[in-house]
Amino acid sequence: MRPLEGLKILDFFWVVIGPMTTGYLAEYGATVVRVESQGRPEVLRTAPPFGGGERGLNRSAYYANYNANKYGLGLNMSHPKAIDVVKRLVAWADVVTENFTPGTVEKWGLDYESLRAIKPDLIMMSASMLGRGGPYSRQPGFGPVLSSLSGMTALTGWPDRAPSTPYGAYTDFVVPKFALPTLLAALDYRRRTGQGQYIDISQLEAALHFMAPPVMEMANNGHEPQRVGNRHTAVAPHAAYPCQGEDYWCTIACMSEAEWQALCRVMGCPAWAQEERFATMNRRKAHEDELNAFIGQWTQGQDAFELMQTLQNAGVPAGVALKNKDVIEDPQLAHRGHFVYMEHPGVGRHPVQRSEFRLSKAEAEFKWSAPNMGQHTVQVCKEILGMPDDEIQALIDDNILEIDTSPEASA
Amino acid sequence: MEPSNGEGMLSPYRVLDLTHEWCLLSGKILADLGADVIQIEPPGGHPARRMGPFYQDEIDPERSLFWWSYTANKRSITLDITTPDGQALLKRLAASADFLIESGAPGALASLGLGYDDLAAVNPGLIMVSVTPFGQSGPYADYRAPDLVGVALTGFMYVTGESDLAPVRVGFPHFYLHGAGAGAGGAMMAHMQRVLTGEGQHVDVSCQESMTRALANAPQSYALEGAIIHRQGAYRQTGGSTFMRLTWPCKDGHVNFQFSGGAGSGRGVNSMVQWMAEKGMRDAYLESVDFTELGYGMITPEMLERMVPPIENFIMSLTKQELFDGAVERRILLFPVATPRDIVANPQLRARQYFQALTHPDFDSPVTFLGPFVGSTAAPLQMRRWPPKLGEHNMEIYRDELGLQLEVLLQLRETGVI
Repeated sequence: MRPLEGLKILDFFWVVIGPMTTGYLAEYGATVVRVESQGRPEVLRTAPPFGGGERGLNRSAYYANYNANKYGLGLNMSHPKAIDVVKRLVAWADVVTENFTPGTVEKWGLDYESLRAIKPDLIMMSASMLGRGGPYSRQPGFGPVLSSLSGMTALTGWPDRAPSTPYGAYTDFVVPKFALPTLLAALDYRRRTGQGQYIDISQLEAALHFMAPPVMEMANNGHEPQRVGNRHTAVAPHAAYPCQGEDYWCTIACMSEAEWQALCRVMGCPAWAQEERFATMNRRKAHEDELNAFIGQWTQGQDAFELMQTLQNAGVPAGVALKNKDVIEDPQLAHRGHFVYMEHPGVGRHPVQRSEFRLSKAEAEFKWSAPNMGQHTVQVCKEILGMPDDEIQALIDDNILEIDTSPEASA
Repeated sequence: MEPSNGEGMLSPYRVLDLTHEWCLLSGKILADLGADVIQIEPPGGHPARRMGPFYQDEIDPERSLFWWSYTANKRSITLDITTPDGQALLKRLAASADFLIESGAPGALASLGLGYDDLAAVNPGLIMVSVTPFGQSGPYADYRAPDLVGVALTGFMYVTGESDLAPVRVGFPHFYLHGAGAGAGGAMMAHMQRVLTGEGQHVDVSCQESMTRALANAPQSYALEGAIIHRQGAYRQTGGSTFMRLTWPCKDGHVNFQFSGGAGSGRGVNSMVQWMAEKGMRDAYLESVDFTELGYGMITPEMLERMVPPIENFIMSLTKQELFDGAVERRILLFPVATPRDIVANPQLRARQYFQALTHPDFDSPVTFLGPFVGSTAAPLQMRRWPPKLGEHNMEIYRDELGLQLEVLLQLRETGVI
């Protein structure tokens, strides 16, 4: 039996944090119906890369990464009759999710209290930038800017340069780590007590748990750490070193005396490494710039991957700063089957990232690639709602139900 | 505010937590959701107790803010699982536990006779979660991976930092936190199956995979277009040859302003362009573009060259606070680059009463903790317990719950097992 067999999700989540969260559910057997509108298309559908390099709402490989195994339902949410369709689906669903700007579902009359009147044990999960209530509740935002509000940006980068924002919509990838166990815990709570609930996620408040020690330091001791690049407070060497080839770097971090001695042996015990100023961890730390210069001279002619292998074989922590190309080709990720290659009429062959845990008694499943806009509209209305054909047709004619209009759908 | 004892979502479940200092978050998430999480410490104390920062800067294993960050709501017992008596005791604990989370090297627990098969023999319903840098098997399985090395091998480091300097890691170690967080989700996924089948299982989590998932569309950009995504300092590559600008210097620091097109950010950019006009810093070229229509990831270097200078001048003319106030009013995607000091003072977090100051008889002044990571109407996440002292719950768990005789406990203590 699949872990989530029989679980029904009515999914208004969009962009990354939400679709990634329900992506886990769709891999493990839940039925996930994603509601989307042509009037305000999902942002990731407009984000590259596109199949064949050609822009189109059904061509984004970014969108396709988080939406495999989901049903696509097209609904014109600005129409009152669309709200009726949603309410019928709420009666079917165990869970409703959304991450619109606070106020949006309220405007539609689809807030938790209204939905609970339809389905008393419903679990509803809302995620927003800063949570409901408070002066900035409705301030729109995305992961890249939220990285800066959560302190991640300020602490990342070099002390003598502007702060570096961690790549991508970073906090969007942090929050699902909290959203997934919470949602599954809420389902277990409902199973045991019969009670549903409303779960309100402030992405900022969740993301701060990835910054807890420095924030607790500020709150309790009144001082804050500063950004230090790749340095460690107590350890040296601890840096990325230049290697052969275009912009290749290998990180080396000797966390103990034994690891330092092992590094010295791999380097062939050079005279400089025997000097007094590098004799202990504290001294190496005190002379870190000189130390890094010596090690960098040694690494710069070497192949980064061979160097990593040699150092790891000798018991020295070392890792290449992989480029996206190397990630796609990484032997360890390949061993884990991390990238699942799927075919999609608009996107073409594309990699989908598998969830990062392997269950010994259940396999993540990838049954179909991400839906086109409205690809399953008719199927959902017919099979889930039991809507008669003439009603479906009338709702399509009135532009309330939106169906897949791509060339392959009409073919 | 005092710790309360309200029932949580996971109250009936017991978790044995054997994780090292960087994976304590796994059990913390389950503890906050209400589970009874027992942190198992070596008799000398968990290494995380020796990690700073320390409360009021006093170095003391009972004052580590690092430990406190990840162990509130957990209980603590001491146990040396490298001894035969310790191993027998762990099996006894596992017999009545629902979950066990560990972060040892692949095979380390099995070499002590405490691998998944050993524990499943005692308790077939047990879910065991193993969080490791690269997973239980594969070419890197035995690689040593402190945070810096781990982050490098996720691909995340290469794309972060200044283009003319080395790639840079996230400023607080995140490599293991991704895997630890996913461990909580994996545990619950396995639990959902156990509810249906009655069977436990082993969950194998890779931190590398977990943080690689934070690469946004970078893997797809290579797979579909052969594009290498580079780190760009204040800029961000949104595709093979398109960019957005993120970080901008202002009068008194830095702000993030997402300068890109598309349904998400385009409206905010349009509002910014309008705001500039209101302030007498109109730019005709910027005004000729509808950034919503333009789409995400459509800004080329040539466009940037014309668009950035007028915006840069405008942002430089204002302070962080002036910019943020204007952004809130106009719904522009702009936020100050907050330091921990700004976070503690954040009016939104204050209004939502996020930070919680709790008193404890051992300390003269209240200690401030982070608030819950989610809000729940049915079973609100609460601070139910202080971070445990070393072995604080030995008697409660070994004597009262497992039913060990006092003489036995004294003997185990004598021999250094607990």
